[in-house]
Order: sequence, then C-alpha cells, then structure tokens
Amino acid sequence: MVSILANVAVQGILTGLVYGLMALGLSVIFGVVRVVNFAHGEFTVIAMYAAFVLFTALKLDPIIAMLPIAIVFFGIGYLLQMVLINPFVGRAEHEQFILLVGLAIVIVNALLMIFGPDAHPTNLSYAFDSYLVGSLIFDKVRVYAAIAALGVASALFLFFRFTQTGTAIRACADNLVGAAVVGLNINRLYALTFGLGLACVGAAGALMVTIADVAPSLAPAYTLLAFTIVIIGGLGSMAGALIGGILIGVSEALAGFLVAPSMKSMFSFGLLIAVLILRPQGLMGRT
Amino acid sequence: MRSLWADLPARGRVLLGLLLGALLSAPLVADRYLISVLILVFYFAYLGEAWNIMMGFAGQLSLGHALYVGLGAYVTAALWLYAGIGPWLGVFLAVMIAALFGLAIGWLGWRFGIEGVYFALLTIAFAEFTRIAFDHLDAFGGSGGLFLPVNTAQATEWWNLRGGPLLFYYLALALAACAVLLVARLGRSGLGYQWLAVREDPQAASALGINVFRARMTAMLISSSMTAVGGVFYAFYYRSLFPAQVFDIGRSIELILAPVIGGLGTVFGPVVGAFILTPLGETLIAVMDRVGVDAPGAKAIFYGLSLMTIIYVQPNGVWPWLARALGFKEQA
Repeated sequence: MVSILANVAVQGILTGLVYGLMALGLSVIFGVVRVVNFAHGEFTVIAMYAAFVLFTALKLDPIIAMLPIAIVFFGIGYLLQMVLINPFVGRAEHEQFILLVGLAIVIVNALLMIFGPDAHPTNLSYAFDSYLVGSLIFDKVRVYAAIAALGVASALFLFFRFTQTGTAIRACADNLVGAAVVGLNINRLYALTFGLGLACVGAAGALMVTIADVAPSLAPAYTLLAFTIVIIGGLGSMAGALIGGILIGVSEALAGFLVAPSMKSMFSFGLLIAVLILRPQGLMGRT
Repeated sequence: MRSLWADLPARGRVLLGLLLGALLSAPLVADRYLISVLILVFYFAYLGEAWNIMMGFAGQLSLGHALYVGLGAYVTAALWLYAGIGPWLGVFLAVMIAALFGLAIGWLGWRFGIEGVYFALLTIAFAEFTRIAFDHLDAFGGSGGLFLPVNTAQATEWWNLRGGPLLFYYLALALAACAVLLVARLGRSGLGYQWLAVREDPQAASALGINVFRARMTAMLISSSMTAVGGVFYAFYYRSLFPAQVFDIGRSIELILAPVIGGLGTVFGPVVGAFILTPLGETLIAVMDRVGVDAPGAKAIFYGLSLMTIIYVQPNGVWPWLARALGFKEQA
C-alpha cells in the first residue's frame, strides 16, 4: 500500500511541475502588470491544440513543439498587452475581469467551433514506457514533461535574476513610479512580461497534452487550477508557483486514487480555502 | 419607495410608469416565446440587483454567487420533494442556509484581511467546492440531477409555485420590482452611505467610526439572502437541477454581467443590463437561424465580443450614460 501511495505521489509531483509552469505564467503577469489573467486556462488549451495539431500533422513530439509554441505565444502575449490590455492597466479589477472573461468566452467557443467538443488524445509512441527506480515507477512521458517544465522555469528565473531587462521588469513590480522616474519604458516592459507569461503557458500547454486529452471544456478548469496553485504558492513568487503546482499535483493524484477521480479538485479547493484562511499571502508570499 | 420616486425627475416618473404598465399588460399581446424571454430578463435583473449590493455598493467582488442560487434552489426543491413543504415555507430555510454560507465566507475573508482578487477567489473556491460536493450527494440526486415532477393534480396549485408561464412571469416581474425598490431604499439609507464609504476607502471609513466589517457582513447577508430567493424561483421554474449547471462558475459570471454592463452601484443599472443582454442573446439565435448558420459557438463568441466592447467603451456601464442622455440625475 505504501509503495502504491508513493507511486501515486510521484505521478502527482511530475504532473504538478507542469501545472506549476502554467501557474508561473499567471504569477509573473499578476506580479508585474497587476492584471489577473482570467483567460489563462483558455490560452493553455490553445497551446494544447497547437501541440496536438503539430503532432498529428507533422509527428512533432510535443516536448520539441514546446519551443516554437512558446515563441509564438510570447508574440501573442506581447501584442495582447500592447493592444488590448494596456488601456486597462490600473483600472478597476472588475473591468479587467470583464475584458478577460469576454476574451475567454470568445476563445473557448472558437475552439469549440473549430475542433468540436470531443477530447482528442495525443498518442505518443513511448506513452506506456516507464523507468523503474527501486520500487518506484516513473512514466517516461511525465519525466520528460517535468524536466522540460523545470528547464523553462529555470530559464525564466535566470532571466529575471541576471539580465538587465529582467532586472528592469522586477523594478517595475517593486516600484512602478520609481521605475518610470529612472526612465524605464513601462509599456514595453509590461508587454514583455505578458509575453513571457504567455510563453510559459505555451510551453506548459504543449507539455500538458502528454498528460491529458485536449478538449475545450478543460479551459475554465485550468484557469481555476492556475489560480488555486498561485494563491497557495503565493502570488508573485516564482518558487511558490512551482511548489503550489507540486502540492496540487500530489493532492489531485492522492485524492483521485484514494477517494474518487471526480472529487480530486474538491480537495484542491479545500486546500485553497485552508491556505487563504491560515496564510492568505500564500506559502512563499511576502507579507 | 418614496426615495426612489423623489429622486426621479417628472420625465423619469412618466417613463417608469409607462414601462411598468407595458410590462404588466405584456401577456395580453405577447406570445409564449416573448414571455419566456421577459421572464429571463426579470430573473437576471433581480439577481443583478442582489449582486450589485455586494459589488456596486459594498465594493466586494463575489464571483461565486451561483452558490446561493444553488443552495436556495436545492433546499426548497428537496423540502418539496421529501417533506412536501411548499416553497413559500421552504424559502425561509433556503434563505437561512444561503445566508449562513454567505456570512461564513464573509467572516473567513474579511476577518483575515482577504480582499479584492483574493476575496473573489475565495468565493469561487467555495462555489466550486459545493458544486463538487453536490455532485456526490446522493440525497440531492448527485450529478444525475434533482427533478420536480409535474403532477397534474397539483398543476394549478399556484401557491406552491405550480402553474404556467403567466404565474412565473408576474412572479419574476414582482421579484425584480421589489429588488429595485429595496436597492433604491438601501442606497438612500445610512447603511447605504456606509457601504459607499467602505467601498471608496475602508481605512477612511473606519476612521469615521464606521464598522467596516459589519457593513460588509450586512451587505453579504442581504445579497446572499436575495440571491437564494432567486434560486427558489429557478428551481420551480425549470423543475430540474444539476450541480454542474446550477453551481457552475459560468452561472456566477452570467449573473454579474447585467449589473456590470448596466452600471455598478446604480439602482437601474442591473435592470438596463438585463434588458440589453438577454434579448441580445436571443436576437443572435434568431438571426443565426434566419441566416442558416448552425454554429452554437458563434452566438457565444459574439456575446464575448460584445462584453469586451461595452467594457472598453463604457467602463461605467450603460445606465449612467443613458441617464444623462435622457436628462436624469446620474444617481437615480
């Protein structure tokens, strides 16, 4: 029993890292631009469909397709911030909310019209391969996806830590007025940030097709999932997003195994409620 | 009632009187389809007014109001099915339970300094938690749904909310009208001014001696209770309840659209919003049918685009603009 639970937990950790990458995008955007992306799951699902189409048409492995998709998503995010979201920066939360909810409705239904409501699996040739370490079984796809997710997250972390642009973006997040006073181009940095956030989503979405069958109905669920993870980990904390992702991944896996798969998100929301009450700034958030 | 009347200029009184007269006599000329659209308009106007108290007046964003609709609906439906207790009695228990949930969420949130986006997420979390719980509560039908059977012997028991479209038409109209009166009255009360102060600046309000926590809790109490009554209406109008539909986050979003589009924190905003949005959706379906486009998503896409356009062009909602165009005072 213990070894089964350990195996389930390992699955959860690997899945959780991909969840964490998706949530990282949300956290980065909120931490800097102060806009809550209520269309986050919708963008994730677009990326999933992109990876799915690339795989069925060109036999491109999602773990490789991740890179071009992330680059395209960076462009989409940059444009989206420049054209649509910039006028809403600093406006009331509910106005941003309506704008992005409108966008989310458009995306989901466009996907529904193009691909239909049915779930599409991505059948990788190595889908059933696994590594055996001791008594623990590691699914090959999940290991690849988790490593790729960690790689993208580390690249982003290094970018924010060590490049000049990354430092400038952090300056905007810490003190917007100060950043503007020293001559930083806020609009461009915001657009870059939104682009980076969506690049995370693009990469995460591509990896997600190795774990889940893609369907338009996943979108709102993923939006909620990203929120849950980010709040649990602490909004604006990059490590928090990954840790939150792992926690939710494990909680989903264990709840799905021990209770019922359909009840797994109930435990995530329970965890969210508990964190909001006990530590509202999140596990890794600053007070 | 007096305050609403006094706030309106003469032209407004005439317009309001004409509108009410038209709506009261509409069933004489309208067909069943138009009646069903108007019922939806009133229903969303009513729920919009209830949500508006939380967001428009007290300034707290709730994205989980489907929770109170669902609780109201399920409690009265279950009482009717299992105990034979009619909705007129059941509504009291429904309101009590929904208000308890609302107060618990408010207490958890505001006592621990959870506000803004975080509070909105807390409300979503509770609504989703309850949705999944109801999916697995077999006593309430689980995910298979709870149904109120049509029993011919009771088909005309209007006091048990059994009847045709006319009954529900006038009931929905009455609910919406009462909600407008209540919000108008609250808006001009001491409590209403406390809410506005708390909404604009909680710290300043607190410095003035306003109990911020209590003001917010009162808003939650009134808003969740009103919303639960809407749920009772839902249960007996549609006669079938599925957790995935009733508690869905889509429902929570749907019911906030009318007040946001119409104008937050205004008395007539939710009504105006409901009169714009519901017919907009219905017209879209009709136009699509006429043109011969058979695409269920197209309607929703246009709906989403309309939302984005309206919030882009009129961020304060349509009513303040409309009120100015009609020559009213903006507050009315």
